[in-house]
Amino acid sequence: MSLTPVHIEFIAVGALWTIGLSAVGFIGGSVLGFSMALARISPSPLLRRLASGYIQIVQGTPLLVTLFLFYFGLAVIGLDSLPAIVAAGLGLVIYSSAFLAEIWRGCLESVPKTQWEAAECLALSRWQRMTRVILPQAMRIATAPTVGFLVQIVKNTSLASVVGFVELAQAGKLVNNTIFEPFTVFIVVAAFYFAICYPLSAWSRSLERKLNVGRR
Amino acid sequence: MSAVVSLSNVHKSFGAVKVLKGVSFDIGASEVIAVIGASGSGKSTALRCINALETIDSGEILVCGHKVHDAALDRRALRRDVGIVFQSYNLFPHLTVAQNIMLAPSCVKNMGKAEARALAEQVLAKVGLLEKADNYPEQLSGGQQQRVAIARSLAMQPKLMLFDEVTSALDPQLTGEVLRVMEDLARAGMSMILVTHEMAFARKVASKVIFMHQGKVWETGPGAMLDNPQTKELSEFLSNGL
Repeated sequence: MSLTPVHIEFIAVGALWTIGLSAVGFIGGSVLGFSMALARISPSPLLRRLASGYIQIVQGTPLLVTLFLFYFGLAVIGLDSLPAIVAAGLGLVIYSSAFLAEIWRGCLESVPKTQWEAAECLALSRWQRMTRVILPQAMRIATAPTVGFLVQIVKNTSLASVVGFVELAQAGKLVNNTIFEPFTVFIVVAAFYFAICYPLSAWSRSLERKLNVGRR
Repeated sequence: MSAVVSLSNVHKSFGAVKVLKGVSFDIGASEVIAVIGASGSGKSTALRCINALETIDSGEILVCGHKVHDAALDRRALRRDVGIVFQSYNLFPHLTVAQNIMLAPSCVKNMGKAEARALAEQVLAKVGLLEKADNYPEQLSGGQQQRVAIARSLAMQPKLMLFDEVTSALDPQLTGEVLRVMEDLARAGMSMILVTHEMAFARKVASKVIFMHQGKVWETGPGAMLDNPQTKELSEFLSNGL
């Protein structure tokens, strides 16, 4: 038996789930990660410590284990076992938030301290300093590494297959189980991943070039 | 005469390094004070303490009625009364010249866009840069950027202006154009404290010169004191400059 259009279509649907799961992970991770980045540079030592503890725990745990924890762990503490998509989504949100928080904290802190000072001396509130002076500058710095990290998220969604979620990698595995042609099947799977990731990394590179040259 | 700024017995350390060791001086309205001294003499730190950019260890600082030494100081209220211009300009690179100036009046004083724009044009005209309103800071020379920084402070209509070595990064020609703006301000009656290395300017414009040495006010007098130093340290400092 060999690869048929039906198999390719099955893998393509898996690719769509990969994109969907990446989007969930990235959007959820951005919201949570941005709050964590703000907490990391907050004037309150308690907030700073909480955020840095959260980031260290998440970054020090393999995503695979995080996914298992959500999928099986929540059932243990009495909640009904989560559907695979929810567990995978949550796991990726938590994972991305910790890394995005650190990337963005770095970008916020790379805006010279004198910019904070100048804004402070114009009687701007902390919120105004952040939104009107620091964030617009930090966002320019952050765009390239953020898009770069998006590629990591896409590739890491393949781990969601361990909780039985049928995304691109899992779709490939299922197809291979029926036709036993691992090399052909996973070449196709790899091609799909590449088709998703390459435009992102190319975009990230071009953003980086633009930022290195120009002011805006 | 009520003092605009009054420092009494101010001490400040950075870790084990004592930077200010009991600094006291008063400044009246419309006075122009030049603070001179060698690097590390504490003059910039003293200026930053006046604007609460540094917190002092002991002593008292009164600025336009604000108790700067008080832990309960309302910093934003203080900064509405005090403008500061830095050596490195610190314009906001992502905003145009006009937007740089309009930011504080619209954020802090809730000024409408048209009114803020008119104000920006008014202060830009004062520093002679009206035609640069829609340029970005990086398109300007250092001297022009510094004049924009002065205009940005002026837009908040401060009662006191602080200048922290504002010409130290500029060549003599650009220095001249910035000093002319400051001289105009002084003539218009603005209370000013400037930390400076421009001795000729201090002599000409300042109503009082303060020479700081090793964290203390070493010698105080009118501009003419620079021609006739009373202490060995000031005369050494002045001769090293030549």
